[in-house]
Parts: sequence; C-alpha cells; structure tokens
Amino acid sequence: MLLLLAVHLAAALVAPVLVRLWGRRAFWVLALAPASAAVWALTWTSRVQAGHMPVEQVSWIPQLGLELTFRMDTLSWFMTLVVGGVGALVLVYCSAYFSASAHGLGRFGGVFVAFAGAMLGLVLSDDMILMFVFWELTTVMSYLLIGHYSERKASRRAAMQAIIITTAGGLAMLVGVVLLGEATGTYRLSEVIAHPPGGTTATVAIACLLAGAVTKSALIPFHFWLPAAMAAPTPVSAYLHAAAMVKAGVYVVARFAPAYSTHQLWRWTIIVLGCGTLLLGGYRALRQHDLKLVLAFGTVSQLGLITLLVGLGTRATALAGLAMLGAHAMFKAALFLVVGVVDAATGTRDLRRLSGVGKELPITALAGALGVASMIGLPPFAGYVAKEAGLEGIEHLGSDAGMQGSAATLVLVCVAIGSVLTVAYGLRLWWGAFGTKSAVVPESALVPESVATQEDGAVSPGTVRQAVPLVGAEPAPISHPSLLLVWPALVLGLLGLGVALLPGLGEHLLAPYADTYPVGEPGHLALWAGFTPTFVLTLVILAAGAALFVVRDAVERWQSRAYRGPEADRVYRRSMRRLDDVAADVTAATQRGSLPLYLGIVLAVFVAGVGVTTVLGTSWPDEVRVWEQPGQAAFAAAAIVSAVLVARARRRLKAVILLGIGGYAVAGLFLLQGAPDLALTQVLVETVTLVVFVLALRRLPPYFSDRPLAGSRWLRLAIGLAVGLTVAGVALVAPGARVHLPVTEHFADEAVTWGGGKNIVNVTLVDIRAWDTVGEISVLLVAATGVASLVFLSRRTGSIFRAEDAMRDRAVWGGPDPMAPLRRGLDPVRNEAAATDREWLRAGRTLAPNRRSVVFEVVVRLLFHTMIVYSVFLLFSGHNAPGGGFAAGLVTGIALTVRYLAGGRYELGEAAPVQPGVLLGLGLFLSAGVGILAMLVGGSVLESWIFEVDIPLLGHLKLVTSLFFDVGVYLVVVGLVLDILRSLGAELDRRAETGEDEPFDDLAGGAR
Amino acid sequence: MIDMAPNLVLVVTIAVMFTVGVYLVLERSLSRVLIGIILLGNGANLLFLVAGGRAGRPPIVGLEPEGQMSDPLPQAMVLTAIVITLGMTAFLLAMAYRSWQLNRHDEVQDDVEDRRIARLAAIDLRAVQDADTEESGQSLDEEAEEARDETDDRREGGPS
Repeated sequence: MLLLLAVHLAAALVAPVLVRLWGRRAFWVLALAPASAAVWALTWTSRVQAGHMPVEQVSWIPQLGLELTFRMDTLSWFMTLVVGGVGALVLVYCSAYFSASAHGLGRFGGVFVAFAGAMLGLVLSDDMILMFVFWELTTVMSYLLIGHYSERKASRRAAMQAIIITTAGGLAMLVGVVLLGEATGTYRLSEVIAHPPGGTTATVAIACLLAGAVTKSALIPFHFWLPAAMAAPTPVSAYLHAAAMVKAGVYVVARFAPAYSTHQLWRWTIIVLGCGTLLLGGYRALRQHDLKLVLAFGTVSQLGLITLLVGLGTRATALAGLAMLGAHAMFKAALFLVVGVVDAATGTRDLRRLSGVGKELPITALAGALGVASMIGLPPFAGYVAKEAGLEGIEHLGSDAGMQGSAATLVLVCVAIGSVLTVAYGLRLWWGAFGTKSAVVPESALVPESVATQEDGAVSPGTVRQAVPLVGAEPAPISHPSLLLVWPALVLGLLGLGVALLPGLGEHLLAPYADTYPVGEPGHLALWAGFTPTFVLTLVILAAGAALFVVRDAVERWQSRAYRGPEADRVYRRSMRRLDDVAADVTAATQRGSLPLYLGIVLAVFVAGVGVTTVLGTSWPDEVRVWEQPGQAAFAAAAIVSAVLVARARRRLKAVILLGIGGYAVAGLFLLQGAPDLALTQVLVETVTLVVFVLALRRLPPYFSDRPLAGSRWLRLAIGLAVGLTVAGVALVAPGARVHLPVTEHFADEAVTWGGGKNIVNVTLVDIRAWDTVGEISVLLVAATGVASLVFLSRRTGSIFRAEDAMRDRAVWGGPDPMAPLRRGLDPVRNEAAATDREWLRAGRTLAPNRRSVVFEVVVRLLFHTMIVYSVFLLFSGHNAPGGGFAAGLVTGIALTVRYLAGGRYELGEAAPVQPGVLLGLGLFLSAGVGILAMLVGGSVLESWIFEVDIPLLGHLKLVTSLFFDVGVYLVVVGLVLDILRSLGAELDRRAETGEDEPFDDLAGGAR
Repeated sequence: MIDMAPNLVLVVTIAVMFTVGVYLVLERSLSRVLIGIILLGNGANLLFLVAGGRAGRPPIVGLEPEGQMSDPLPQAMVLTAIVITLGMTAFLLAMAYRSWQLNRHDEVQDDVEDRRIARLAAIDLRAVQDADTEESGQSLDEEAEEARDETDDRREGGPS
C-alpha cells in the first residue's frame, strides 16, 4: 500500500515534465497510477471478502507514537476501487477534454494525481493521525483544483470558501480523533472502532467527527461550498465533487458508525442533517439552469441520502448505503463527464440554450440516459437496487434499531420525497441536455442581462434571471467532439447496469462490512424481491417524479416566487465579513503603533506581576550589609550620579560621555565584586561604545529635540520608579531565595580537570557552557550584519578603502581639495618613488591637512603593534588568567579604531584589508566547527581535548582544543568592530565628503 | 549554606539605573531610548552579580583559595551580555542614522500603518480589500456561465 502511494507521489511529481514532453497524451500515463490502485484492490477481492486483510506498518516517528499503518478491510477495498477506478477514467477523459494549448495542464495533472494518492491514503490508513493528514491533503489538493483558473475571481472565491469550511471541519475532526486516541490509548483505527470509549468523551468526539464529515460531504448547513466549487474544471467536478472527495465525509461516517450509530447524538444529527440535505439539495436542483449546477445540487441531495443510510446504524441500511455510494460514484461521475461533453460540443451548459443535442450526439445521449436511469432508480440499474435496499432497510428501522415508529416513518417519508425530487431533476437534466425543445432562450437574451440588472436595480443580486424562451430562436450550435470523451462516461454507465444485474455478487462482497454493525437483520441486494410494499413505493416515487417533471415550468415559476429563507453562502460571507471587522477592531484597539505605549504596558505588567509577587510571596532577607568594601560606595555613587545626569542632559554628546563614566564605574563595581574578566571587558566595551556613539552622532543634531512632554514626563518617571523599586525588591529577595547549592560548586575542579584551564569564567564560556557562547556570537554576527545593512542598504558591505584608490580631488574629512593629488604623490614624476617608498605615516597622503594630528598619528603607529600583541596575549592566556576571546577581540578592535581615528578610512583599509563578513563567518565556523569536529571523532559536541607536549627551547606546551573556539569568538568580535568602523565610520565619511548626505547644521539643530 | 545577605549599595545602584533606564526608554528620541537600554543593561548585569552571591576573590584556580571565590557562572553570562549590548548599541545607532537619513530626525514615530487600520476600523471601513468575502452580486447561475473550461474546441470547423 505504501508502494501504491509512492507511485502516486512519483506520478504527481513527474506530471509537469510528462505534460511538457507529450502534451495532453501524458494523462494516459498518469491514469496508470489510480488504475494500479484499483487493479491491486481487485486482486485482493476474494481474500478481503474472506477476512484476510492486508496490513502494512512502518514506524514513522516512534517518539511521538506516529506510525504509517495501512489496512484494507471491505470498506477500504470498496473505496479504493471507487477512487482508483473513477480516477483512472476521469484522467483518460482529461486527455481529450482539455485543448492541447490549455494552460497549466502540467500542474493540473500533478495535483490531480496527488489528490488521487491522498484519497487512497485516506481510505487505507489505519492510524487516525495518518488519516487526518491525508484528510487535510485532500482538502489542500481540492483547493488547488477548484482554484485551477486562478485568474478568475469566482474560482478563487470558491476555492477559498471550500478550504475554509472543510479545514474548519477537519480541525474539529482532529480534536475528535485525539480525544478518541487518548481515551483508548491507541490511535489504531481498527482498535478504536472495536473498543470505542463511552461517556462524555464519546459525545464530544462524535460531535467533532461529525463536524468534519458534515463539512467535507457538504451537508447542510455547509452544503453551499459544493455548488460554488463547480468553478473547477468539469473533470474535477466529476472526480472530487461527485465520486471521491465528498465521499470522504461519508467514509468517516461509515467508519465510525459501527461504533457509535446507537449513540443518540450521532443518530439524530445524522437523521436531521441527512434528511434536510436530501430535501434541500433536491429542491434547489429543480430550478437550476446550468447543467453542472443541477448535478451539484443533486450531489448535495444524494450525499444527504448516503450519509443517512450508512449512519442510521442497521446492517440493512449500511449495506444499502455502501451500494448507494458505489452507484452514485458511477452515475454521478458519468453524468458530469457527459455534461462536459455537451459543454465542449455546444459551448454552453445552460439548458435553456440547448436543443436537439440528443439527435446530434446519440452515443453521448445514451451514456447520459444510462446515468440518469441509475440516478432516478429505474430498474434494472445500480441506483434502483441500492435505493430499494435502502427503503427496505428504513422500513425495518423500528424493529432493527429500536427506533420509535413515528421517527422511522418520518425518515421514510423524507427519503421518498427526496427520491421524487431526484426523479424530477434527473429527467429535467436529461431533457435539458439532450431534448429537442420547441423554444429556447436566444443567446442575446442572456448576455447583456447582468448589465441591465445592475442598471435598473430592480432585481437584487442573487436573484435568478428570468429569460423568456422564444419559439424559433437559434439554439446553441453543436459540434462533434472526440469519441474518447464519451467512452469513460459510457463505461461508467454500463457498469451501473452490469453490477445491478449481479446483485448477489455485490451483496456477497459488501456483506462483511455490513456485518460489523451491531444491530439489525442482514440486508439484501436484489433486482426483484417480489411485489413488496417497497416496490409499490418505488413505483409511486417514479410516477410522482415524472409528474413533477411534466409540470416543471410551473414548479420553476413557483420556486422563484417562494420565500427562500436566508441563503447559506450569504450567511457565510456575512459572518466572514463580520470576522474581518472584529479582527480589525481588535487590531485597532490593541495595536496602537506607539512604542512608548507598548513598552509602558509591558513594564506595567512587569511591575504588577513581579512586584506583587515580590511583596506578597517572598520573605525579605534577615540581614543586609551596606557594602562589602568601601570602594563599592565610591563607584556606586559615580554610577548613580552619572545616571541621573544622563537623564537630565540636553546635549547628546554630554549624555554619551556621562553614560561612559557610568559604564566605567560599573566596571569598577565588577572588579570589586571579584570579576576581573567582567571589569576588563566592560572597560573595553565602554571605550568602543563611546567611539561608536561619536561616529554616529556626527550625523544627528547636537541637542535632543525639545518635546512638550511635561505631562508625560511625570508618568514616565513614575513608571521608571515603579520598575526600579520592583527590581530593587527582586535584588533584595533573589540572593536569599536560593535553596540549592550553586551549580558552580564543582566548577573549579571541573575547569581544571576537563577544561584544562584555571580561569573558570573563561572555561565556562568556551567549554562548560560553550553552546550558550555559540548562540551569543551568532547574535553578534546578526547585529554586525544589521549595522552594515542599515548603512549600505543594498549590499552586505562596501569595498575596502585602499590608499591607492583614494579620491583624486578630495581629502578625507576635508571635502574638495585640489592639492590632494600632489600630496598623494600622484604627480607622474614622483609616482615612481611613491610606489616603492614605504612611507611611515601614510595617512598624510589622503587626510585633509587641517584634520591631521601628527602626534596622534605617531603615537598610534607606535602603539598599534603593541596592542595587537597584547590582544594575542590576552587570547592565549585567557584560559588561565583574565582575558579570553572577547577581551582580545575588543583590544584588537580598539587598535583598529585608533588607527581609523588617527589616519582616516584609507588607513583603516590598509590596517585591516579584509571584509568583516569574512571574519564573522570564519569565526562562527571555527567555534561551531570545532564542536562538530569533536562530535565526528566520537566525543560529544563541543567537547575539548588537552594535548601536552614538551618542545625544546619553548618548554612545556599545553594545548586545549577549546582555544580554537576562543579564536572563533575573537574573530567574531573583531568582525563586529570592523563592521561598525567601516559602516558608521568609513562609509559615513565618504558620504559626507561626496555630499551624499548633508550633516545636520549645528545652529538649526540647536534651535529645534 | 553560603552567605547570601544582599549588598545595599549595589541594590540602590541597580534601582537607580533601572529607574533612569526606563524613564529614557519611554522617550521618543531613538538615541535617548538607546542610552536607556544601555543603562538597563548595566543595571541588569549588576543584578546578575548580586543574585549570584556576595563579592569574593576572582574565580581563578590556584590564585585564590577556592572557598573565597565569587560565583563564576553569572560572570560568564554577564560577559557575553556586555558584548551583545555593544552589538545592540551599534545596531540601534545605525537605525538612528537611517532614520536621520530618511526623516532628518531620530524620533520613533507611531506606526503609520497601525494608525491607518485603527482609523478605518473606527468608521467600519475595510483596511484590506478581500475579494473572497465580498458579496459577488452574481447568482450562482451567472457565475457558472463564466466558468468555462479550455476544452478541445472544434466548433470553429462548424458542425461536422
């Protein structure tokens, strides 16, 4: 069975290629996929009948208990035949139906076969979750097929409507499936059916399952998606919306009926919805003019009947229901195909425009007649046999299922009336398609009508147009389409006759399924069961239906006048519209688009949640110490004062410098707390931050803009105070809340033994908690990329500024500069010398003279290499002493920063002629790559090894592999700083010099 | 159990940093928001250390007796947090620059699209035209008439 599904999948995938290669002939090949399923099922016929069901089981996700379990019992076997057989015939039909130049045929073929596969999986799966997956797949494929003509609004609307309704039902069904699975302890369908849970679980599960079935099978009140789905190509209507997909709901009802049909909720839902759908569909089919719509409402009606029969829960009705399902698949698919032929031959499906088609296309008319005969239940056709058995079964409901006599009679009356309607619209369909009429509606009467309707406004939208037939008007012209179009329908029609002639065989094959029902006498399928009350009823139905057909014009007129009640699709649209409105209102109410408001709400919730818990739910510390070392007070005072002054600062630069002072004070607090690594890093970061701020602030006005915020200022201060107090409370409570020993208790030993380092913080970063670090340097990489992207916009980075590419007529930080070429040695005479000359202070060539500081340049040149060496030292010694990749990277970054500050961007380009992206990528690769390497040689991810060797001269050398990890961290940090310098520094310089964006005028900024 | 008495000086520092940080974050000017975030970051880093226990000697094996070391785990976490704050600072500054490039200021404006949705919702107009939920104004019959398949059309040759 898995193989069959694989065949479908493969066929679906290659379909576009095949169609491109062979055109529409490819549908012949595609038809082999569903045909193989049908043939396979046929080979199992006798074994399945005898109870030897094929079972396949493949473990899929054992951790979640998901299995690919397939099992073919009688019901599955029957459904496989229907799905595979009709699917193959319809695909063959497609090869002649579509014009060779029709667009999207490849996609259509692929989706169609994929649908056949999903349907096959649905009926074969024995795992409820798997069944649900296939169920949803059929929904999605149906969506794609209904929306095949995606350029048409009606198609898109119909597809959207169908998917919303069926998916909503599908989700409800998932809930039901999960309830059943959890209550039973297994998701095996066969086991759940054998031992169904009871109680409230069962009631809720039944409601959910039926919601899925009702939406999928287009029962009221969700029937309206099916007629709208007629926007799909006719072969799709024939297969999905007559034979296969809509039967999925029936299938689920049939699956669970043996377990739950005696449940009151189940029984009454089935009876009410089944009878209601049967009557409504038949009633509305009578007044449609489009042949496909007649069939669509007929399908709705028949689905009601089939669901009713399989859901009622006695063996006799179950047998009749299954027979009806098969008969319906054959005749309804055949009729759709026939309507497709008429459509292709005449160019219209409006039965008021057709006349004399039967004379021109006799074989098509014959196929149609076979289908209609089966549909209206004329002996000796399959529809007759099934309906007879159904009526017989319903008559015995009282004795079989213990139902009240009046209820059983009511069901019988409904089915009888429904059958009368079926006879009437069936005859009207054949007459409408093939009959020769004395008067037809001229084409001109149909076309401009919609315009006229809108103009005079007298006819409200949705009203059926009344076009008066004229005697002598020209009917639609008729051509002769390929015979290939006719024979699939003919095969199906003849099959409907053939199986009816062997009713005993059908009963023999289907009985094993009917026997799984708990109650009732076994039913029978027969052509002639004697002159029984049922037979009399059938005769009455046929006569009444024929009479109703004869007075069809009067019926149509009456229907168009009669009150129609709220139409389901309009109710649906209104409610969807209402849903949109509610969504917009909710969005408008919650999504105000104001950042301070959002933050304020978040912080208020924080204060309310954390603050209240802190006050009520915790114990305050018994003792508090003022400080551990007096120095803490000094640093804390500096931090506090600078913070308060920052808030009051009006000038950007002042605020930033105060912020820096606060940052250094915090570094001091770190140091006194016993965290030299933190102190070192904080100092370095504070320095880089200052530079970055200054680089970016060049572009911004010097003063913060003055805003009339006096009112909100106090509110903001209040929120700030509330948050501050809450956090202070947390800070007081948190240390005492500890009930366990810290995880770091053994870090000291572990660091030395396993990490091979004495600096525990560094070993924690690169070894013990290395995964965290990998995540964190990834964040740095993202931030660096973000900075560069915000500045360069369309590229990752700009080009590297090398000294020889310097602009000829401009100087760095200076603007237009006619003397620049001279100083740069671009003078041809001096050029030779310049090329070989290794000048020490090369910035002089590119920098504007008034911006140069020779002392600064000299100091930087002297210090640069020392700083690099120092950073390398930090990197290598970090494992045992304060330092490590982060600190080392920052020192290198600062070295590059001062080079840039002293010598401009060309100096930076000369100092670090690499793209920062390369450093970032290489760094992350080193860090994560080392981890993977450890895994490849058999360790766990990011495990480190220690190598110790004695090298002459150098002495004892100890190498820990986590050093490479730290090198990765180092590279990422350098990359980050370089990215900042090159975007916020160098690129902004270039733009200022070329005048691409003007810096803010100091005065203008100050005045604001 | 280890000595976990909180340090009042640090607690006060944290409280002030959070107060000022929040006060600034609720501003409109992106650079003040950023300064607020940095202050919040510093405060949170200190909070980490306070929650980790009392001050001690640097956690370096061999240099200090083990019992007197400060807790290394919060330190490792704070260390990366410091560097990430740097990345974030740079990112927000780049955003401030971009904002200046586009609007000549770095104020965080209300989201225009959000305001538009709210305005339309207030007068019950739709923000998005959704053909799928509109009334079509067409009957099923009229729609069906338009739904024509691209069939193998041989009518050009006339009835044969």
